[in-house]
Amino acid sequence: MSRSRAHPAWVPAAIVAGLLATMLVIAGCGGDDDDSGGTSGAPTEVGAGEGQLNLIAWPGYVADPWQSDFEQQTGCKINLKEAGTSSEMVDLMRSGQYDGVSASGNASLRLVAGDDVDPVNLDLVPNYETIFEDLKNQPYNTVDGTPYGIPHGRGANLLMWNSDEVTPAPTSWGVILDPNQASKYQGKISVYDDSVYIADAAVYLKAHNPDLGIDNPYELDEEQFNAAVDLLKQQKANVGEYWADAAKQIQSFANSDVVVGTTWQYQYFSLLAEKAPIEAPGPNQGFVPEEGATGWSDTWMISSEAKHPNCMYRWMDFIISPLANAEVAQYFGEAPAQSKSCEADTLAQAAKADELPPDPQFCTNYHADDPAFWDKVYYWITPLADCGDDRGEVCKDNNEWDAAWTEIKG
Amino acid sequence: MEAAGVAAGEEKRSAGRRLADLFHGRSRLQAGALLAGPVGWLVIGYIGSLIVLLIAAFWSVDALSGELVKGFSFDNYRELIDTPVYKDVALRTIGIAAAATLTDVILAFPIAFYMAKVASPRMKGLLLVAVLMPLWSFYLVKVYAWRTMLSSGGIVNWALDPIGLDGPGYGTTAVWLVESYLWLPYMILPIYAGLERIPNSLISASEDLGGKPWNSFRRVVLPLVFPAIVAGSIFTFSLTMGDYITPSLVSPDTQFIGNVVFTDHTNNLPLASAFATVPIIVMIIYLLIARRLGAFEHL
Repeated sequence: MSRSRAHPAWVPAAIVAGLLATMLVIAGCGGDDDDSGGTSGAPTEVGAGEGQLNLIAWPGYVADPWQSDFEQQTGCKINLKEAGTSSEMVDLMRSGQYDGVSASGNASLRLVAGDDVDPVNLDLVPNYETIFEDLKNQPYNTVDGTPYGIPHGRGANLLMWNSDEVTPAPTSWGVILDPNQASKYQGKISVYDDSVYIADAAVYLKAHNPDLGIDNPYELDEEQFNAAVDLLKQQKANVGEYWADAAKQIQSFANSDVVVGTTWQYQYFSLLAEKAPIEAPGPNQGFVPEEGATGWSDTWMISSEAKHPNCMYRWMDFIISPLANAEVAQYFGEAPAQSKSCEADTLAQAAKADELPPDPQFCTNYHADDPAFWDKVYYWITPLADCGDDRGEVCKDNNEWDAAWTEIKG
Repeated sequence: MEAAGVAAGEEKRSAGRRLADLFHGRSRLQAGALLAGPVGWLVIGYIGSLIVLLIAAFWSVDALSGELVKGFSFDNYRELIDTPVYKDVALRTIGIAAAATLTDVILAFPIAFYMAKVASPRMKGLLLVAVLMPLWSFYLVKVYAWRTMLSSGGIVNWALDPIGLDGPGYGTTAVWLVESYLWLPYMILPIYAGLERIPNSLISASEDLGGKPWNSFRRVVLPLVFPAIVAGSIFTFSLTMGDYITPSLVSPDTQFIGNVVFTDHTNNLPLASAFATVPIIVMIIYLLIARRLGAFEHL
């Protein structure tokens, strides 16, 4: 008896000891944070490649033929992690295991604020010279005059529908946002699953409810924000799927489980390649419904903990080289960042490499060199409390957008 | 020369012997050395990670960078209580877990009863293999199969079409169906084991004493097998409650606890941690009730 009684006595003691050890470990981790301040600045030269490159990218940004070309030219083998939302990208970058990321504006500033990315020495990226001027020195890639990345390309989020089921062809976001129109497709509407989608509702309200006085859809005060959230709560009754995984959305559209919704050009072209009866606003509309659209202007950024910085610099220069940028832009369906990508020969050569039909009008259709068009496209950016105008600090910040998004989905 | 060799050998032996002497007759030390590894793993790897989770629930998130701000506040718990959506999601999740558990009990009992009391030994073996077979295949494959089957052009709608019915499509009903399917074996096996333990003579005795079949079942078999049912329900209930992949695949417009935690762990880890304590509390209550009902003797 005395033997078996001995065990319960030391088990709790061991647990207590273990807990103390755990606490110490946690406390130790907490202490480490202080000395991680950014001492590393931008490098002054690009050395030999490290043989590996770990990238986080949107689906379709790192693919063949340009991926293989890069690997052959530089000897840097790419290990790719695709991500579906900006939050996921920020989270992955904070793991410290990646060298770089194709960040949209709602990730880039968070990464800069968190010291997760380093400034870029533009002298080491020769192709930067000929980037379209209206992409340089923008609030989402440059902070206090310091460049934090290389523009990749830009586009507008797409309204896509099944042309067998949705007639007449919609020209407005009302088909999924106006409760009267959307109820016709109840349970068949596909919506992007991220709090940044609240801005899509704000773009719609800006056009249809001018009394709210919405200017920038990411700078919403209480009244404007609540109006957008209410609109999306009404929309919820008609939504069949909130998607964050491009492959899953492609499957849903291919099976007609959903027939209309927001998407990216990547899914649109994948479905067209499968011969699905899919349509989107045509080039005459700039691929954008009448209200305008949210969109993105993406930036390649280098991690402050990059283990392969030389390969990353080579990648940043490579991906905006005229041919590679034309290839990725036509493959994905977005406006290239590189002005030389729009030269007829380069476009044709890139289309051939992508195994796409030649499209000499590509840069015109996608408004690559048409700054006026991009006034109607609201690039994703992190919402801040500071409204950026005379309203002051009364706007809803990113935490509040995230919380509202959970509520919208119910 | 010889003597020196013997001495060296003795020295070598004595190191091992000293260790053996140390342990000899000391049961605490023996058990301690034996269990140090597993207990250390349990405490640091398992309980430790839970504690980290619970500590994170008191932190907050910087609105611009999204980085964790280590401090102490009950704001996350307050938000969970003040915002109705979290209560709805928690109740929905517990409801589905309860519904799937009940469905599994109803489906599993006849199968287990047949296996334990009726089937020939050969049939019993075949049925056991049949029950275990789904566990050999990969979980994701099974859920994706259901996603395809329940799709609007899928086999379920195709089969129901001739009799003028529509399949459930994606949604809460689909989650209930798939969860009930996924965890059924975890219910059948404990009930089967529980029924095996009831001697047939007890049932015969009940009948000899004039008990009708229903009375024998209700007053003899059911009380004896009930703890086994509760044991099985621990599996079905907890597995359903923690599942977030199935809802995200077959109910992409509805949130369950797991989905909220999954989304929030990138946006707002502290809030996700706070929400993750809900299933922990529910399971603790569930296990306490299960223990009272005697389920742990049947695991």
